Amino acid sequence: MTAVAWHRAARAAAILAVDPAGLGGVVLQARAGPAREAWLALLNAYLPAPPRRLPPEIADDRLLGGLDLTATLQAGRPVGATGLLVEADGGVIVVPMAERMSAGLAGRLAAVLDTGRVRAERAGQRIDSASRVGLVLLDEAAEPDEGAQAALTERLALHVRLDDLAMADLSPPASTDIEQARERLASVRVPRHAAKVLTASAAMLGVSSMRAPLLALRAARVIAALSGRRMVRDTDLEEAAVMVLAPRATRMPAEDGQEDAQPPPPPEPQDDTPSDNTSTRSDAPLEDRVLEAARAILPELGLDDGGKSRARGADSGSGAVQHADHGRPAGSAKAKPDGRARLDVLATLREAAPWQTLRRREMPGRQGLIVKSEDFRARRFFRPAESVVIFLVDASGSAAAARLAEAKGAVELMLSEAYRRREKVALIAFRGSSADLILPPTRSLLAAKRQLAVLPGGGGTPLAAALIDGRHLAIQLRRRGATPYMVLLTDGRGNIALDGTPGRQQALIDTQAAAKAWAYEGLTTVLIDTANRPQPAAAELASALGARYLPLPRADAKLISQAARATGT
Amino acid sequence: MTQPFPFTAIVGQDEMKSSILLAAVDPSIGGVLVFGDRGTGKSTAVRALAALLPPIEVRPDCAYNSRPGEAVPGRAAGAPEDPTIEIPTPVVDLPLGATEDRVVGALDLERALAGGEKVFEPGLLARANRGFLYIDEVNLLEDHLVDLLLDVAASGENVVEREGLSIRHPARFVLVGSGNPEEGELRPQLLDRFGLSVEVGSPKDIEDRVEVIRRRDDYDRAPERFLRKWAAKERAVRRSLLAAQKSVKRVATPDAIIETAARLCAAVGSDGLRGELTLIRAARAAAALDRARTVRQAHLRRVAIPALRHRLRRDPLDETGSAVRIARAIDEVLGPEALKAAAE
Repeated sequence: MTAVAWHRAARAAAILAVDPAGLGGVVLQARAGPAREAWLALLNAYLPAPPRRLPPEIADDRLLGGLDLTATLQAGRPVGATGLLVEADGGVIVVPMAERMSAGLAGRLAAVLDTGRVRAERAGQRIDSASRVGLVLLDEAAEPDEGAQAALTERLALHVRLDDLAMADLSPPASTDIEQARERLASVRVPRHAAKVLTASAAMLGVSSMRAPLLALRAARVIAALSGRRMVRDTDLEEAAVMVLAPRATRMPAEDGQEDAQPPPPPEPQDDTPSDNTSTRSDAPLEDRVLEAARAILPELGLDDGGKSRARGADSGSGAVQHADHGRPAGSAKAKPDGRARLDVLATLREAAPWQTLRRREMPGRQGLIVKSEDFRARRFFRPAESVVIFLVDASGSAAAARLAEAKGAVELMLSEAYRRREKVALIAFRGSSADLILPPTRSLLAAKRQLAVLPGGGGTPLAAALIDGRHLAIQLRRRGATPYMVLLTDGRGNIALDGTPGRQQALIDTQAAAKAWAYEGLTTVLIDTANRPQPAAAELASALGARYLPLPRADAKLISQAARATGT
Repeated sequence: MTQPFPFTAIVGQDEMKSSILLAAVDPSIGGVLVFGDRGTGKSTAVRALAALLPPIEVRPDCAYNSRPGEAVPGRAAGAPEDPTIEIPTPVVDLPLGATEDRVVGALDLERALAGGEKVFEPGLLARANRGFLYIDEVNLLEDHLVDLLLDVAASGENVVEREGLSIRHPARFVLVGSGNPEEGELRPQLLDRFGLSVEVGSPKDIEDRVEVIRRRDDYDRAPERFLRKWAAKERAVRRSLLAAQKSVKRVATPDAIIETAARLCAAVGSDGLRGELTLIRAARAAAALDRARTVRQAHLRRVAIPALRHRLRRDPLDETGSAVRIARAIDEVLGPEALKAAAE
């Protein structure tokens, strides 16, 4: 199984090496380690020139090009600098720590992938140069809701996951003639039915973006070129579906004709299929075979539970703002002229002014103002901390049956309120034996509504697990500089212990321990008792948590929302 | 440099295409906001628009694309005019992460540091004057920048008071924003300042989807041939756009239409006059594109959804889409037929 995964990863490297710009690149989901190193070494061997590395905190003038400010000041005349994206034209750029990439950088890279050019206005220079590159995003996300910026990964054809590989799996792949494939690529032809087959397969896998089938089509062409052919065969389409479409799947295609979406269209008449098409290992229609090939690897990719585990956060990574480089101005401070800090020109000039006489003496012949890098002052900005309202919703049988709909309504109301105030909302639901983060911190009303609509109710009350998960999320958010507000909707009657087993006694002990840890963090919390009659258990829990207690029997969504808001602000 | 994918070759997405054209006919409509999933051709449509726009006459070497007689910084009033030159209508991309000084313009650093001169270096707003300003992922743009852009777009003038500079220059442009609602929404107060709002999705029909892929693949493989194939259609749209830009001011708007527009806005419960004004202007632009001399109810009907969709008060518990609610209101005011169209 894993040897197969490695084989597929190696294949992706070969495919990328043939047409990096056409395919956009590879998302490599793997932690740092021998597997990743082996893969990168392999890619390196396939490429005519070694890939460039793009540090995640790259400044715009290094990325796009611009004025080399320090050199300019030293030389006393404008000195231009070429950016990494232009230098790497025709090659591959490796982006480490892609999961931490800012939305701004992702947007810039996406524009370059779309147009094949760098266009920018930097320090009085207009830049417009070719930059046909492929990207390798090294995505080390540990949690499914971290992950690299979706706007960028969408544009990369190949998604490879390298975790769980053993050293023994890393066998060298069969030798491949990349050079020849590159030369052949331009003349590879595609049979007419290919677009239809890949589009239909994408639809069956729940891939709605139109980029996916297009990238799959390009991949199919590369695969044919790698096999030394000038016509794309059906097997190439199958492999392209496995490489490009399967990793994007959001659902398992139905086994038989039970698919609720459009049934696969009847296969095109085969007369325009090339005569060298010898793929006859199955009598099934081609679409079914392509789909089957993609389906076969879905469980491996974690898609065997209706896509839940792959549900990416709506706001992956973009929420954390460490650099306060915008907001309300709050004076100037010493800074390096690296293009990232926002230069305060007047403060800089003021800093340089007293030294002019001395510096002129040191540098006779220099005209005008002499500014050194130690003069630079950057603007500092003040930025109010972001707040996130975390809802913990008891969806168990005891609390939820009657109230779950109202809790959902309250969350939606809160959300529309929050997004007016630029706050975020997260949602943890607990029922059965565990608590789940069903909505990572987001501002998206749409994402929240979708998640809420499908939230089921019933089962036990794993209160302790919910408290622990909620606290972890709150701590995580605090570390990113956000302020969490907690809203707990429950009747306080936990009956599932931390280890997932039923039993009121152990559940109570675990809940008390979790409540103690919670109280230690000093989280602003409101507990809303959702039972029909106020429960002593819930009131006790509230005091253990250090929370405000609000018994709201028969309260409606609007009331709950108002109560919760009173804490949030 | 190869030309962008042709506008007319975009499969389906009629509401988006027609809204973009309406905004190009009459800049006072206030631009377009396109919201939708990834890979639905939002950026493609905007980039394709550039090829349809007629050239504009500007003073040579003017950073503000100004026309003769216009006051711009660095040009004394009444100075002799050089003959104008023609340039393509600018379509300027506002990259994410652009800083305020890059957008509005700032002190020319190089000259300030090298020669101690105080010279204004125009920003993106100057380059977008008399053209289009496109912001992809507008919902990820910082709020203060969005505010600033909408202000300038509404006033047509960029006022810079910073770093000891005091500059004002013309900045009339059509704002086109696009974004993906999954990544967070735009605040309502920003939403309603866009003239038209469009929602796009991937084509549902498998045949359409296949056609999208085929055309895109053809374009990628042989751009010149593909562009030649679509040249006639592009020319036709360009001609009708140009004609509409000239005739839109002469299109008559009967009182009955103005009254109907007001009733329509009341029926959907949109706040303020902005909705009404946009509705009428958009209907007038639609009439101009039709080569009609007078606005008719059919034009109102056609533009009502993009003109009002983002001006409804939202109720998070109401699952009914905005388009359906507007279609219902149109039915009430204008009689049925609209509901059918929205359901399709």
